[in-house]
Amino acid sequence: MTAGTLAPRTVTIPAGARVTWWRVVHSEWIKFRSLRSSLIMLAATVVLLAGLGLAFSTVLATNPPEPGTPSAPGGPSSLDPLGASLGGVNLAQLLIGTLGVLLVAGEYSTGMIRSSLAAVPKRWPVLAAKVTVLATVSLVVLATVAVLTFLGGQRILGEDGISLGGEGVLRAVLGAAVYLAGVGVLGMALGALLRNTAGAITSLVALLLVVPGVTSLLPDSWSDAISPYLPSNAGEAVMSITSSSDQLSPGAGLAVFVGWLVVFVGAAIVALRRRDA
Amino acid sequence: MIDVTNLSKRYGDKVAVEELTFQVRPGIVTGFLGPNGAGKSTTMRMILGLDAPSAGTVTVNGRRYVEHLAPLREIGALLEARAVHTGRSARNHLLAMAATSGIPRRRVDEVIDLVGLREVAGKRAGGFSLGMGQRLGIAAAMLGDPKVVMLDEPVNGLDPEGILWIRHLLKALAAEGRTVFVSSHLMSEMALTADHLIVIGRGRLIADVPVAAFVAQAAHDTVRVRSPQAAELRDLLVGPEVTVSGGEPGLLEVSGLTLQQIGDRAAAAGLTLHELSAQQTSLEEAFMTLTRDAVEYTAAPTAGDVPAGRNVR
Repeated sequence: MTAGTLAPRTVTIPAGARVTWWRVVHSEWIKFRSLRSSLIMLAATVVLLAGLGLAFSTVLATNPPEPGTPSAPGGPSSLDPLGASLGGVNLAQLLIGTLGVLLVAGEYSTGMIRSSLAAVPKRWPVLAAKVTVLATVSLVVLATVAVLTFLGGQRILGEDGISLGGEGVLRAVLGAAVYLAGVGVLGMALGALLRNTAGAITSLVALLLVVPGVTSLLPDSWSDAISPYLPSNAGEAVMSITSSSDQLSPGAGLAVFVGWLVVFVGAAIVALRRRDA
Repeated sequence: MIDVTNLSKRYGDKVAVEELTFQVRPGIVTGFLGPNGAGKSTTMRMILGLDAPSAGTVTVNGRRYVEHLAPLREIGALLEARAVHTGRSARNHLLAMAATSGIPRRRVDEVIDLVGLREVAGKRAGGFSLGMGQRLGIAAAMLGDPKVVMLDEPVNGLDPEGILWIRHLLKALAAEGRTVFVSSHLMSEMALTADHLIVIGRGRLIADVPVAAFVAQAAHDTVRVRSPQAAELRDLLVGPEVTVSGGEPGLLEVSGLTLQQIGDRAAAAGLTLHELSAQQTSLEEAFMTLTRDAVEYTAAPTAGDVPAGRNVR
C-alpha cells in the first residue's frame, strides 16, 4: 500500500456543497444498503412474515376450528383466515425492531456517529433521515409481502378464504405493514435514546411483549383503561377486522400508535441534540 | 482559522478543559501538544461541535461549527478513535459522507487515491489495520477540500513511510493557505512538522509559541564538568549569565559557558579536570520539564514488589 504524494486536485467541489434534507436522506440510504446486516435483517423479516403466514394458513386449512368456537377476542388470531395469514407479524416485529435498533446503536458502538454528526452538525436531520429511509423501505417491502402472503394464505384456505376486497381486509393487511414499519422506527428511537444495542433491544421487547402481559395482570378496571392504548395493542387494532369492546377502532388505534412513535422519536431527537456525541 | 475563547469543559466534578484561549491561524501547521489526558481530544471535539462547552466559545472560520451550511467545506477532521462503521467498505463510508453535502463521486475516488487505499476501498473497514484506518480517516477529512484540516494524533499506527507522508501532506496543505491543526503527544514529531505550538496540560494552556522559539528555549545546552576541585571550579565559573549546579560530589552541570571557556579558565587556574563534555537537552526532555506538573497519569515510584500504580484522578 503506497500513498500517493499530494495529488493535484482535479475535482472541484461545487460551491453549493451544502447539507440539504434530501442529501442527508441520500446519505442514509447509502448507509442502509451498504451494510450487510441491514439487508439480512430485512430479508429475515420478510421470510418470517411470509413463511409463518403461509404456515398458519396451512394449519387452519387442515384443522378448521369447530363451528361455534369463539375466536380469540380482538386482534388477528390464527383461527380466522385474515389472522392466520398475518400470523408472522408477532415474530417479524422483533426482527424489524432489532434492525431499527442496529441502524442507530450500531453507529454509536462503532464511533460512526461522530462522522455522521460532524457531516451534519444540526444533528436532527441524521435521525429523521434514518427514520425516513427505514420507514419507506420497510413499508414498500412489507406491504408487498403482506399482500402476497394474504393472497397465498387465502389460496391455501380455498373456499374458506376471504377476499382482499372484503370490508376492512385491505386496510388490515396494509395495517400490518404499517405496524411493522412503525416498530422499526420505535427500535431506532430506542437505539438513539439508549445508544446501546443490547439495552435498546431489551427495552423494545419489554415494551411490545412484556408490558402488555403485565398490564393484563392488573385489576380489570385498570387493565381495561390502559391496555388498548399500549403500542402493540393499538397497532393490533389497525390490522384486525373483528371489533371488540376492549380494542380501539382501527382509526383510533392508528392514531394512538403513531402518537407513540412521535413521542419516542421526539424524545430521541431532543436527546440527540442535547447530549455530547 | 479556529478561535478558542475561554473554553472550559467539565464532566461532573472532573475538569477536562479549563479556560483555554488560543487561535489557530491559516497558512501554517499548528501543533497541539500535551500529555495523554491533557484535554486535546476534548478540545477538538468541542471545535467540531460534538461536545458542548461548559463555558466559553469556539468558532471555525468565524462561526460556530453548527452554523455552517457546508460543514465539510469548512473543516475536515480525523478524530482520535475510529469514527467509521466496521461493517461498511471504505468507499461506501466515503460515499455516504460525501452524499450529505452533494460532493461528487469522483472526489471520493480522488481522496481514496490521495491516501493510497485504492486496492482495499471495497473491503470492510472493520478489517483495516490501525494505519489503514488512519488513512481512511484522513481521506474523509479531505473530502470537502476544507479550509481547515484538524487531525487528532494522525501518525498513530502509521509506518515510517506513512509518517513521512503525513508530514509532507500537512506542510503542503498549510502552504496552500489552509489552517492545519494537528495534535500529538510526541514533541519530536511536532518539532519536525509544526510551525507553531499550542501546549496544554491538565486542560490548561501552558505555551502558545512558535516552534523555533520553543526549540531555542529548550535547547539549553549544558556542560558537564568532573573535577576533584569542584568547589574551587564552581567559584571560578559562576557569573551573571552562568548557572552551575552540582549533583554528586565532584560533578558540575554548567550552563552559559562553552566547553572551551570552561577548559581555558580551569587551565588558567591550574585546576584538574577529569571530564568536560557537552550535554544536549532533547526536545522531549524539554517538553517533559514543561508539562511535568501537568501530567495526569504518572507512574508511581516502584518500591520492592509494589506494582507501579496510576494516580487516582
